[in-house]
Parts: sequence; structure tokens; C-alpha cells
Amino acid sequence: MTSLNIVKAINAGLRRSMENDAKVLVMGEDVGKLGGVFRVTDGLQKDFGEDRVIDTPLAESGIIGTAVGLALRGYRPVCEIQFDGFVFPGYDQIVNQVAKMHYRSGGRLRLPIVIRIPFGGSIGAVEHHSESPEAYFAHTPGLKVVTCSNPLDAYWMIQQAIELDDPVVFFEPKGRYYTKGEVDLDGAADLPLESARVAVPGTDATVVAYGPMVKTCLDAAAAAADDGRSLEVIDLRTLAPLDLRAVYDSVRRTGRLVVVHEAQRTLGIGAEVAARVTEECFYSLEAPVQRVTGYDTPYPPARVEEEYLPGLDRVLDAVDRTFAY
Amino acid sequence: MTVETAAGATPPDPELVQLLTPEGQRVPHERYDALIADITDDDVRALYRDLVLGRRVDGEAVALQRQGELGLWASLLGQEAAQVGSARALRDQDHVFPTYREHAVALCRGVDPVKLLALFRGVDQGSWDSVETRFHLYTIVIGAQTLHATGYAMGIQRDGAIGTGDPDRDAAVIAYFGDGATSQGDVNEAFIWASVVNAPVVFFCQNNQWAISEPLERQTRVPLYRRAAGFGFPGVRVDGNDVLACLAVTREALQRARDGEGPTLVEAFTYRMGAHTTTDDPTRYRLNAELEHWKLKDPIERVKAYMVRGDIADQAFFDSVEQEAEELAVHLRAACRALPDPTPASIFDHVYVEPTPDLVAQREAMSAYLDSFAEEVAR
Ligand SMILES: Cc1ncc(C[n+]2csc(CCOP(=O)(O)OP(=O)(O)O)c2C)c(N)n1
Ligand SMILES: [Mg+2]
Repeated sequence: MTSLNIVKAINAGLRRSMENDAKVLVMGEDVGKLGGVFRVTDGLQKDFGEDRVIDTPLAESGIIGTAVGLALRGYRPVCEIQFDGFVFPGYDQIVNQVAKMHYRSGGRLRLPIVIRIPFGGSIGAVEHHSESPEAYFAHTPGLKVVTCSNPLDAYWMIQQAIELDDPVVFFEPKGRYYTKGEVDLDGAADLPLESARVAVPGTDATVVAYGPMVKTCLDAAAAAADDGRSLEVIDLRTLAPLDLRAVYDSVRRTGRLVVVHEAQRTLGIGAEVAARVTEECFYSLEAPVQRVTGYDTPYPPARVEEEYLPGLDRVLDAVDRTFAY
Repeated sequence: MTVETAAGATPPDPELVQLLTPEGQRVPHERYDALIADITDDDVRALYRDLVLGRRVDGEAVALQRQGELGLWASLLGQEAAQVGSARALRDQDHVFPTYREHAVALCRGVDPVKLLALFRGVDQGSWDSVETRFHLYTIVIGAQTLHATGYAMGIQRDGAIGTGDPDRDAAVIAYFGDGATSQGDVNEAFIWASVVNAPVVFFCQNNQWAISEPLERQTRVPLYRRAAGFGFPGVRVDGNDVLACLAVTREALQRARDGEGPTLVEAFTYRMGAHTTTDDPTRYRLNAELEHWKLKDPIERVKAYMVRGDIADQAFFDSVEQEAEELAVHLRAACRALPDPTPASIFDHVYVEPTPDLVAQREAMSAYLDSFAEEVAR
């Protein structure tokens, strides 16, 4: 077992993928010599060379578009988008090209591209550095969208994403980058990529989250336990496709569901989860599904982001609401 | 196999417009002398003051960030001459589209520097009046503002505010961007657009040699100013650490634009003497020797040397500017700390011209929720 934070865990996962498969490339702005602005790719260029770890020109459409060509040629590019808000210059390539190539070629062409995006807020940043754009991608057929919440998942999920022949948008919870955890670097992944995980079992209400909000919900569960209430927290891990088997199972036992994400509320992942749970577990529900999310505003200035972001108290408040019915 | 890259393939220094040597010697220039023939000693002193105040605001902001008063700061250190020289070439009616680093341009346009601090403190996202100052909001998404500048210039065209010969009416737009930005699609589209419609816009690229950790050769194999030729408009490389040369070259470009002769690309060859931002650690990717080399070309020192050499200013003048900078710094420190945080409910303001029912409901829910804590405390 090795104690790693999420940055180091993804770094170790990338390293292992690159060792195992010479076709794996890392590309993006500042990923080479600097090792990325968050150091996720630290040391990779030194060890794998400039051909495999590419400091690209400053152009996101170019990063994604050339990754498409490289993938067509048999490479497995792992693209880094420096911050969530900067994926949009590459959005056209992702939505129109990356997502659709397999479909429109009748399955002949595969694009095993991973697009890594640090996402989410709470880092006191200026505009465009704290956003949660996952729903835009999860809404796009052809893209797989996953996100990790802890170092162990980070380590395995990045490797699994690289191995997958579908394109994957890989969201990294930058506000939790320095959260530490134990990782067995030589073991095997205990879960397939496209599966959710019960983060902590419970009996009174179900709380669903992903990425940075998992920790918030685990804290909420701990606080609720002190008050004699048992929350089951489920880490979705995969947003497209959604894996809600554990959620349905949980809601059938608890009858209460709260979905939590940083992203804006309207048409967010929470809306989809609520709709599906309503379809599948209607007779088990004791209360309407509650959402705890960012508000439907642009991401606000840093000095007020704490009020924008769901916190432990807002989660508990929503749990209370499910008991008020 | 090693793929050949452009590393180390930077072509030799092409012709650089320079009017002041790093030692502060005024060198004649056939073309550009005429463009600053009207500059008096008073004007030189005023430029010096702009440079010093710009650097001081910047230094103060870096210090405030270190003290936890700002979330971030993008330092302009080393780029004062490029910014002041170009900004002082503007007429009142000209319009500026900056990146996130144009603090000295902002000062020249009369933007209250406290408002720059407010943005980087995380209090707001740009609170200055961009209509009144003709200084648009900062743009963080690399390159986006070059298209906005071009579109604004198209508006000026349609308003008939070019080529009339009236110096108070004819207007131009200047778009600032960096060397890294020249790789963005938006910037290349702006070049194409401006060229095709002959827009009254000056593309002012501060080539500070770095885009965070990536050196210029990661973005280009040709000197940037030469790119303009391919788009069909003039490009010129100017010593970006020479305030007089930047003034002259930008004046010419802006006048071309105001006269209806279309866009120009100005490449101000300069150097980012500080970190990319306060979160960056440049020791990871560049050698100190490079910085030491550029320190010898300091944009403020050379004007000072020129002024001393030519008896344009005495010690009393330099002291008075220093004194003014110090007073400004004291004011900034206090004003920054006094900036009020936004209220939680204010995040709902201005999403749309009129608040939607959804947003009103969300705001009310938030207020009720926050009030419930207040009640708890009261109890
Ligand atoms: C679209 C986009 N991608 C990435 C970034 C992150 N980023 C901020 S500044 C920067 C480098 C910019 O370099 P340059 O254009 O040379 O301007 P400089 O910072 O040197 O003034 C990068 C990559 C961004 N702000 N916007
Ligand atoms: Mg630069």
C-alpha cells in the first residue's frame, strides 16, 4: 500500500498505462516540462520523451482535433484540458467529431481518446477555473463520462479509461486533488470502470454524489450518524452511462434520495437520476427526490463560492426535507 | 524514432523597431522618428510616471496576493513599456480589448486599480465601466477578445467613424493578446475577419516569450509579426521594452485603422519577468540566466537613463514619482482590504436582464435557508 493524493494517483496510473502500451500519448498545454499546472503529468516527459508527452500549442480545438487523427492512426491519446472552462474551444471537436466517429463509420473507426478535465470549484479561482460542465458531455451520445472521488479510484479509473476503445471524458475533482488515500499500485481494480460504488452503507436515506461532492456527503453522513441517522452514500463514478443499480437497491430500502452535485441544477445529472429513480422506485419513495446543487447562475466570484457550492449543511437540510413528508 | 520538433529552431532576430537602446540612448529611425516628433520632455516624464505607477500597482498586487488578500494575480512585470507605449498611442474614442494582464493599460485608460484588485480578490468579475473608459472587461479565455475587438471595429466602420479626417471622430480598436494566444483558432479567425472586412483594429501581441511554461517555439516557427503577411495586412516587430518605440509603432497602426486602411499586427517583443501568475513556479521550466539577460533590458531603467542623459528630469522629479507611487501603494493596500465581500443573494443578480421566476425562487430559497441559521444563532 502506498499513500497517495489524487494528483499522484492519476500520475501513477498514467505512468502504468504508458509503460504497458507504447501507443499511449499524453498531450496538452504545459503537460511536459512543467508537468501540468497541477503536476498531474509530472515527470512523464522526462521518462517517456517528448514524442509521447507533448507540450502542445495553446489551442484546445487543436489538442482534441489532432488527438482524433492520432487515434485514427492507432495511438491512444490522453488529452489534458487545463481547466474546465477551457474545454469549450475544443467542444466542437469533442461533440461533433470525437463522439460521433464510431457511429457514423458504422463501427469501423474507434477513437480511444481520454480527455482529462480538472473540474469543480472551492479553490478561490478567477472565472472559468471552477466550473462543472459534465452534463454537457453526458448529454452527448458516444461519449463516456466518468469522475473519481478518491486516490484509489483515480489510479484505476484513469487506466481503465485509457484501455477503453470508446472516447472518455475524465473529470478530476481539482478541489480534492490533495486528498490522500491508500493505493495498492500492483493489485487489480476491484470495480469495472462503468460502475457506481457504495461509499458508505446506511439505512435511513440515500445520498448520491460524484467527484468532489462525495467527500462532502461522507462528512454529512458522519454528522448525521452523530444525530442517530444513517445515510447511505453512493459514489456514481460513471455519469455516462449511468449505473444506478446500487441507487435503486438503496432507495428501495431507504425510500429517500438526495442527489448532490456542484453543477447547476437545471438539466444536471441530478435531474436524470431523479427521473430514473422515480421511474424505477416510485412505490418505494417516501418523499420526492431532493437535489442539492449549484444554483442556476454562472459560477460566482470566489469570495461567495462557498454559498454557491453545496456544503454539508445543505445536504443535511435536504435529508431533513425527505423526512418532512 | 524521434519526431523532429521546432525546439531550438527559432529564427534569428529579425528587424526590431527600437528608438531607445537598453542603455537609454536615443537612436534615430527613418520611419518612426516622425511619429514621436511631437513628444516633449513633459510627455517623456509622463510616460515615465505611467511606467513606474504601473509597476508599483503590480508589485503591490503581488504582495497583497502573498498576504492572502487576493486569490491570484497575473503580473505585468517587464511588460510596462509595451503596455504604456501602446496605451498612450490611443485617442479618447479608441476602444481597448485586454487580456488579464493589461494593468498598465487599464491605468492609462483611467480604470481605478482597486477595481483590478477586486477582480483578482474574487469580489467580482470586472466592475469598471467599460463604456466610459473604453477599456473592455478582462478576458481570461485565451484569444476570445480578438474577435470581440474585430466585431467592435466593424461597428465603428458601420457608424462611419473612420476615414472622415476628424481627429475627434475617427476611432480604432486595439486587441491585446499574448504569444501563446496566437495559436488559438479565435485569434486566427480574427485575423481573417479583420483582413477581409478591412476592420479598424490593431492586433497588439505582447510576445513575452512564454505561455506559462511553454516557450515561443512551441507556438511558432516564424517570428509572429510575419504571420500578418499571410493574412494580408502589415505586421511589425517592435522592441516591447522601449516605450517610445511602442508609442510610435502603435500610433502608426492606430492611425492606419482610423484612416480606414485596415488592421495591423504589432508584435511587441518583450519578456515576462515574473511568474505566469502568483501560483506559477517558473524555476521549473526556465533558466535564471534568461531572466538576468532580460533585466539588462528593463523598460523603466532605460527611460530613466535616457532622461538623466538628456537632462529631461532631475532627482527631484524621480523622487516625486517615487513618492506618488508610494502613496498609491498605501491607498491600494487599504482599499483592497476594505473591499466588501459580495452578499450571497447577489449571485443571482444580472444572470438575465430581468430575473426569471426560477431564479427568484432559488434566491428566496437560499435566503430562507441562510436566515434559518441566523435564527438558530439568535435562539
Ligand atoms: C482557452 C484557454 N486555454 C487555456 C487557458 C489557460 N492559460 C491561461 S494563460 C495561458 C498562457 C497564455 O500565454 P500567452 O498568450 O502568451 O499570454 P501571457 O500569459 O504570456 O501573457 C494559458 C494556457 C486559458 N486561459 N484559456
Ligand atoms: Mg506569453
